[in-house]
Amino acid sequence: MSSQKTSPHAPAAPGLFAPAILGPAVVAAFRKLDPRQLMRNPVIFVTEAVAALVTLLFVRDLATSGDAGFSGQIAAWLWFTVLFATFAESVAEGRGKAQADSLKRARSELTARLKHEGSRIEKVPATTLKIGDVVIVEAGELIPADGEVIEGVASVNESAITGESAPVIREAGGDRSAVTGGTQLLSDRLVIRVAVAPGGGFVDRMIALIEGAKRQKTPNEIALSILLSGLTLIFLVAVVTLWGLAGYSGTVLSVTVLAALLVTLIPTTIGGLLSAIGIAGMDRLVRFNVIATSGRAVEAAGDVDTLLLDKTGTITFGNRMATDFLPVPGITEKALAEAALLASLADETPEGRSIVALATGEYQVPAPAAQPDAVIPFAAETRLSGVDLGTRRLRKGAVDAVLRFAGVEPARAPEAFRAAVDRIARSGGTPLAVAEGDRLLGVVHLKDVVKPGIKERFAQMRAMGIRTVMVTGDNPVTAAAIASEAGVDDFLAQATPEDKLAYIRKEQEGGRLIAMCGDGTNDAPALAQADVGVAMQTGTQAAREAANMVDLDSSPTKLIEIVEIGKQLLMTRGSLTTFSIANDVAKYFAIIPALFVATYPGLGALNIMALASPQSAILSAVIFNALIIIALIPLALRGITYRPSGAAALLRRNLLVYGVGGLVLPFVGIKAVDLVVAALHLV
Amino acid sequence: MTLVGWAQIAALFLAVLLTVKPLGLYMARVFSGERTFITPVLAPVEKGFYRLAGIDETREQGWLAYTLAMLAFSVAGFVSLYAIMRFQDVLPLNPQGFPAVPPDLAFNTAVSFLTNTNWQNYAGEATMSHLTQMAGLTVHNFTSAATGIALAMAVTRAFARSKVATLGNFWVDLVRANLYVLLPFAVVTALAFVAMGLPQTLDASVTATTLEGAQQTLALGPVASQEAIKQIGTNGGGFFNVNAAHPFENPTALSNLLNIYVMLAVSAALAYTFGQMVGDRRQGWAFLATIAVLLVAGVGLAYWAETSGNPILTSLGLDPAMGNMEGKEVRFGQSASALYAAVTTGLSDGGVNAMHGSFTALGGLVPMFLIQLGEVLPGGTGSGLYGLIVFALLSVFVAGLMVGRTPEFLGKKIEGREMKYAVLAILILPVAILGFAAVSAMLPVAVASIGTPGPHGLSEILYAFTSAAGNNGSAFGGLSGNTPWYNTTLGIAMLLGRFAYVVPVMALAGSIAAKVKAPASAGTFPTHTPLFVGLLIGIILILGGLQFFPALALGPIAEHFAMLAGQTF
Repeated sequence: MSSQKTSPHAPAAPGLFAPAILGPAVVAAFRKLDPRQLMRNPVIFVTEAVAALVTLLFVRDLATSGDAGFSGQIAAWLWFTVLFATFAESVAEGRGKAQADSLKRARSELTARLKHEGSRIEKVPATTLKIGDVVIVEAGELIPADGEVIEGVASVNESAITGESAPVIREAGGDRSAVTGGTQLLSDRLVIRVAVAPGGGFVDRMIALIEGAKRQKTPNEIALSILLSGLTLIFLVAVVTLWGLAGYSGTVLSVTVLAALLVTLIPTTIGGLLSAIGIAGMDRLVRFNVIATSGRAVEAAGDVDTLLLDKTGTITFGNRMATDFLPVPGITEKALAEAALLASLADETPEGRSIVALATGEYQVPAPAAQPDAVIPFAAETRLSGVDLGTRRLRKGAVDAVLRFAGVEPARAPEAFRAAVDRIARSGGTPLAVAEGDRLLGVVHLKDVVKPGIKERFAQMRAMGIRTVMVTGDNPVTAAAIASEAGVDDFLAQATPEDKLAYIRKEQEGGRLIAMCGDGTNDAPALAQADVGVAMQTGTQAAREAANMVDLDSSPTKLIEIVEIGKQLLMTRGSLTTFSIANDVAKYFAIIPALFVATYPGLGALNIMALASPQSAILSAVIFNALIIIALIPLALRGITYRPSGAAALLRRNLLVYGVGGLVLPFVGIKAVDLVVAALHLV
Repeated sequence: MTLVGWAQIAALFLAVLLTVKPLGLYMARVFSGERTFITPVLAPVEKGFYRLAGIDETREQGWLAYTLAMLAFSVAGFVSLYAIMRFQDVLPLNPQGFPAVPPDLAFNTAVSFLTNTNWQNYAGEATMSHLTQMAGLTVHNFTSAATGIALAMAVTRAFARSKVATLGNFWVDLVRANLYVLLPFAVVTALAFVAMGLPQTLDASVTATTLEGAQQTLALGPVASQEAIKQIGTNGGGFFNVNAAHPFENPTALSNLLNIYVMLAVSAALAYTFGQMVGDRRQGWAFLATIAVLLVAGVGLAYWAETSGNPILTSLGLDPAMGNMEGKEVRFGQSASALYAAVTTGLSDGGVNAMHGSFTALGGLVPMFLIQLGEVLPGGTGSGLYGLIVFALLSVFVAGLMVGRTPEFLGKKIEGREMKYAVLAILILPVAILGFAAVSAMLPVAVASIGTPGPHGLSEILYAFTSAAGNNGSAFGGLSGNTPWYNTTLGIAMLLGRFAYVVPVMALAGSIAAKVKAPASAGTFPTHTPLFVGLLIGIILILGGLQFFPALALGPIAEHFAMLAGQTF
């Protein structure tokens, strides 16, 4: 990874080889030698079988005074190969273990006060709760299970899962009704309906995920395993038949050297690191405070073609700010500012407050002294707010709503008014009209401020082949202006949840993969439909259930990082596969001349590394093959360097580093090992 | 190596390059059911066939139905060909009065022509009646090639279409491949061959008086027509035992170039057809570039090895400037022989104009290795294309992840199921080649057939199974293959190489066809760039090399170093 881009609240990442991880990992590496477990990994399973076979030959050599020194060393290094592979997986798992353990402790002693019909209350262990049970939680208690608040408002400390210590508000109804088991109620009292079965809760999923214990292979991992198994079979055929082909010329190949040849040829490097790469990818997500419910989603994130991004909070700062007052002829700016200020007093929305701030700040309108007779607060239905001060009926709000209030036909509005509205809308701003009675006073310019740096981010996305689509409730003109300012490829204006769903379906129909994030219950269908759906931790239970990832920081910008993590995971897997296969060329040049130089001395010419002796050549190839796994564990866990750019550039770079590098490196490595083997007289 | 030698090689590749586009476009139209200039003439005939056979040409088949139709057709073809050979003594058109073909040889030959291999464990002019040659072998020269083209078109449609269950109609593709592609091309080529002096007659032989006054019987027959389809269909089974080295099959340097051209033309053009049908011609060119690079490298290596000659012969007093002329026709020389050898093995043609076993060790390694690379350069008519597609899928799968997306080829995601079928397919070649070769190398009855001791003997065995499993059909020479052991095992290797390969490939196609075709973006793995061509070449070489390098080290490579050291066996 280019930098340690961890989330501010993420638990500190333990070092790659911190002692706290290494110790248990070594133990776990041995435990994973159990063939029943290793079956899941065909390449390493074959390696283990071969190691066992060579061990038997070693015992036979000891008994029959054969070359036990050689077969013993080969057997030892074959076992090391297997151990290094299981160790890689253990280290990857170990990194998430500590976090999982603390989560487990928090969960283990939970009790719940179950509310039976007729308001009888019973204390039960949290693990016995069923979906639909209703529980009561008081201040200071831990919430026993994931669920939905059906009664009450309370502040909750969710730091156990988010790492964020500031409490959050949870309340019945609306978008903040979901609570998570294991989090602590700080105040008040909540009545909660349990939404998940025991063991299926958010924390349980998180633990399983971090531990990697119940990890399912992802689709691409399965496909790659099939290819690796196929290669293993092909090399098995090549090596076994070599015995017969060599027999033609009277060469009797020992099973030990054939075993050595087989293990060096089958893709042990990627076979040994494959699951570590997958676990590390998930771990990286967790470190970004994103919980994926399946590895499949992480892979899909790498494949995403289109990002649906909410305008607010992702592309622009959350709030639109008033920046200008544009009066109609005959009205002064100050008068308009005063009217807008009065009309906004009852408007508690950020927009309303920004009008007050602008009027009292830049325009120096004094705060009104008179008490209004009636206050009309802002409402989504009316889309306007205002006050009645004696005879003055001041209103401020959406242009069409205010026009209706004033009883003015849109076409009959003053020329300057219409021009201002038009200009503001075209520039991506939001015009708010201000009226007094049936008289239009002017327009307030609300501006959406695009986040700095977001345009460059989208340009990167475009270079990576990802389309960005801005989703907004704004009208098409406003949306187009912001879209062009932010540099997105497309936008969805006046978007309803149904529009989002339809857009996703349409894109998927064309073969594209879509990612989106959302938090409301009405986002749930679209989240479920999207290939990568990221729900905010602050969102509703429905949204969290429908999504395949949950962002604990509730930051809509995360989507971009998630895509990058997915891509990095896939690239690491591909690069190490290429590296592993390219390695084989050098191993042939080490082993083939060693096998046949006695029969055909001319084949010594293929020993281009000038390895000391046939035995040292074979042993060196086996040692190199084992050590390369250890050497690549850090790369597998960290992931390969990733810079956002187009596929062609990425391919060129990675092919050069891991393809060509994979061809060349083992020549150097095997030669170096051979020098040591010869110097120590190991054979 | 000489300038004239390279000029011949260049002329051939230029000629192929020039016709790739028109021929490729023509085939794309034919297999898309569009009108061509020849449609007015052939459409009534085509319709007649369908009416006769009761085929609804508009009804398409899924991969399974398509494959089953192909298998049924193949079984019927095998039975009829086997029967003709077993009963040729009592059937008409047998002027030489040849006896029935023995069962093991008939099995081997029937499989051989059925699978487009045309391995010949017999001398055609001294074993097969005219009826067997024309109604048996020549018919299969057409149908086996047409079957290959049909299968390739089915696989092509899988990539061209989005979310469909059907791949076309086998019977329609079969008829069109024969009627619109092979037949017209064969007629024109046969006439050109007649003009170049190839015999075309039903007479059995002509008796000539030699300069010494002796009487010599020269075998004749319908040579030109068989030669034409032998090459166009990448069959390679010659009318005469020595194949295209025979002056009646291949009298001049010009007929030699025409021979090589017509065997390359259709297979190369099919790569273009693929690009055209999947809507990305650049993909076709990328495939052609891959083929060209490897084929030219093969020709160059063989040409260089043959002109470098043999130091052992030099030490015996031969002029090293002559290079190695053993087993070659003087009228072709090293250049045209190396060119023929590389093309006939890069394709699965298998005809020869020189004896590959008489090449130097490295010169002989080239044709053997070209077959072991999977017969995709450009391979047999059709079979080469779908073989190359499998390699492309493997390349995309191994390296495609490196761009940070799960692998896809032409907008189709390559997932576990596709990998399973691709792996099943690529397993066939090493199992059939190395498995049988290893057993034969240890089996006294099989070793007894070897013509030369030492590593060359192993090369003979290895080449025979390589040629059979690769459905190539060229012989290394030296090995006496007409024994029950080789007739049977080579026959099985041929069957595996064709059917055990194509069934998983068709299942793969069925799975691909059902997938949605995603549009390309800047983030998509590009599969038409020089970089991809390099990658595809690398994967083909590394996969082929890794599988067969140990075996080759014991055969031609050991022989090469022994030759340099002056060692004989």
